[in-house]
Amino acid sequence: MADRYNPAGANLETTVLGADEIILNMGPQHPSTHGVLRVKLRLDGEKVVGSECVIGYLHRGVEKIAEHRSYQQFAPYVDRMDYVAAVSNGLGYCEAVEKLLGAEAPPRARVIRTILTELQRIASHLFWLGTHALDIGALTPLFYCLREREEILKIFEKYCGARLTTHAFRIGGLQYEAYDELEKDVERFCKEFDKRVDEYEALLTENRIWVGRTKGIGILTTEAAIAMGVTGPVLRASGVQWDIRKAMPYAAYDQYEFSIPTGKNGDTYDRYLVRLEEMRQSRKICLQAIENIPPGPIMGKVGKVLKPPPGEVYHSIEAPKGELGYYIVSDGTTQPYRVRIRPPSLINLEALDQMIRGHLVADVVAVIGTLDIVLGEVDR
Amino acid sequence: MNAIMPYVFPVLFALVIVALLPLVAGYIVLMERKVMADMQVRLGPMRVGPHGLLQPIADAVKLLLKEDIIPENADRLVFWGAPLISVTTAMLALAALPIGPFFQIADLNIGLLFILGISSLGIFGTVLGGWASNSHYSLLGALRSAAQLVSYETSAGMAIVGALLLAGTLSTRGIVQAQSDTGWWFIFVAPVGFFIYLVASIAETNRAPFDMPEAESELVAGYMTEYSGFRWALYFLAEYTNMIVVASIATTLFLGGWLRPFANTRALNFLDYLPPLLMVWVAGYCFRRTPKQPVAVQKMFMAAVGVLCIVLAGVLAMPLVAPAGSLLASSKAGIHGAFWFLFKVGAYIYVFMWLRFTFPRYRFDQLMRLGWQFLVPLSIVNVMGIGLGLALHRQLNWPNGLSLPLGNALTAVAAAYLLSAAEKHEHPRVGEEEEETPVHA
Repeated sequence: MADRYNPAGANLETTVLGADEIILNMGPQHPSTHGVLRVKLRLDGEKVVGSECVIGYLHRGVEKIAEHRSYQQFAPYVDRMDYVAAVSNGLGYCEAVEKLLGAEAPPRARVIRTILTELQRIASHLFWLGTHALDIGALTPLFYCLREREEILKIFEKYCGARLTTHAFRIGGLQYEAYDELEKDVERFCKEFDKRVDEYEALLTENRIWVGRTKGIGILTTEAAIAMGVTGPVLRASGVQWDIRKAMPYAAYDQYEFSIPTGKNGDTYDRYLVRLEEMRQSRKICLQAIENIPPGPIMGKVGKVLKPPPGEVYHSIEAPKGELGYYIVSDGTTQPYRVRIRPPSLINLEALDQMIRGHLVADVVAVIGTLDIVLGEVDR
Repeated sequence: MNAIMPYVFPVLFALVIVALLPLVAGYIVLMERKVMADMQVRLGPMRVGPHGLLQPIADAVKLLLKEDIIPENADRLVFWGAPLISVTTAMLALAALPIGPFFQIADLNIGLLFILGISSLGIFGTVLGGWASNSHYSLLGALRSAAQLVSYETSAGMAIVGALLLAGTLSTRGIVQAQSDTGWWFIFVAPVGFFIYLVASIAETNRAPFDMPEAESELVAGYMTEYSGFRWALYFLAEYTNMIVVASIATTLFLGGWLRPFANTRALNFLDYLPPLLMVWVAGYCFRRTPKQPVAVQKMFMAAVGVLCIVLAGVLAMPLVAPAGSLLASSKAGIHGAFWFLFKVGAYIYVFMWLRFTFPRYRFDQLMRLGWQFLVPLSIVNVMGIGLGLALHRQLNWPNGLSLPLGNALTAVAAAYLLSAAEKHEHPRVGEEEEETPVHA
């Protein structure tokens, strides 16, 4: 009974329910499915014996839209996929098209791109931490996290005028020169931020309830993680040291020193620790990057009308949620022939079923939270 | 005439309680939102009235005017009646609680037993409401509720028994009297008992971190999911009334009821001036903020709140300055008793809120394990420890200062043992469950 949303084969519509079983429909309007995810749970009492994700409630046809827009025109659309990390989306797209064109952004642009993308990673992880804690019942961390995220959004606003869907980069480099106090703002934020992460840790890391709710919950073994193709912090918490920033450096990551935190058990607690450490590492990258922003132009030579030679390219970056890949086919015109996007959220979400089996309903929200999905990206 | 006299004051008091309780509950909600805002670097409600002071009234009006929805497949009669059960039982429990030495509806000789019995009936409201809604979320919420309340009622009851042993009476007034006679509030004599009651009362009122039945992020709103408008407001009222009830029980049993701190120490009699001074301080704050309010109406309202506080300060101060022996001076016990009682209830509820905004939520099975494997055994040991202390004192004439700490030490050792045992038990369990359900299903 395997269908494409449920490779495990537990099609809930057609299975006969046991005497003690009920089917609970969670979402698409539910406080903690992070948007419009719908999960059908087959419950034995409160224990999950099967599940099925229903997605597509936020489908906007982003990939199809690309076929009717010029390369530059499509760039703002990718911001609307993972709207919590718009800058990262933009970076992936711009670099993919640059690769297709055979062009390269100048060093100054690459460094500024790195700074903004790392800030975006911190912002995305902060938002994840706040909502994840809220799902598990801790109300307060959300507001502390949003307070810090606000500082990052202010930097974005100063840089390009937008806070959420920024469209910060252009194909070939940057449209805007960095504003005068960018380094100072980033430095101020980074100095404050270290103490703040310690504060979150004080609230949660050693908290008995938090540990009880996250340790041993939603375990994804190393083999299972690789088999499911999950990426990003979810993969690293399962013990695989894989980070595209190190493995296939892009932007200016090869110039900076940072480490890749990994977990051991692949449970929700490890994913929490990995993301916290990633925020610290991102801060470290930002501090290194602002020390030396090379002078020079911010836009490479790409011309006004983009007509990439016929061909195809796959380029992926380490977005906050995992590997964000763009596969672009050009037929030599001003519009892409086909754009295929590999969204990390969708692939990570596929592991949900095997992660929640045998756990309780309360753990389902914890696991959905720990996967850090954004439905705009899952559905595109 | 003489036949009805004994009923006049109780009926009057009952009317006051029924009339004021919704308002008080509304303002506890406002206090909760303000406390939450303070802890979360925000301001909280600021729009309706100065500093949001009229927010509860606006909320009440909104709830009353909302459309009344009964789901199609619901059991209409039960759906209609369930919130009434909740709210009635919650309010009935207040009848036996002494708010100050004079303000009490009925001083029953079985006071505490009555309160416990009546408030356990409240669970029917929850279970029936969840069942009658005919919705999965409501049903799961109601089931969780039933299990949780039954488990924690046990340990709460046992914690109360500890204090009852010390007081030697079930009458709520007698319990406070006992604390007044010895000069020691029972929280100092039986600290572990107080701790058990604190935890169990949070669980009983479905407050975080034990708010399983209405866990917002899991079950939407638990047994209240299908309720709206006035019926929902009744559940809400019942929940907050229950909070007041458990806080009142804790105040009466452990925190000395209406007694001032160190009521028997003459050197500290200046503490009597604290209540009026506190009121004056609040009034001063109101007057200072008055010119900063944006509109004239709000300025007037803020000033009026300040004047009200001054009046209250006057009422609290009057017995202190009146000549000794006059009627006013003898009303001191009643007026100041009510102040201290409400003050302690407020402080207890504040601790509830504080915990709610600090801790994540327990999972259901963890909650049950905590209840049955830690709190229930501990509360039994606590009763035995206090019993031992009292026996040593009464039979062998040990001084109280030696025997009761010994009993408490015994309880503390038991607590440490139970904690370490729970720790050992917890970790293998995770692996066990993993084997049961292989990852590749």
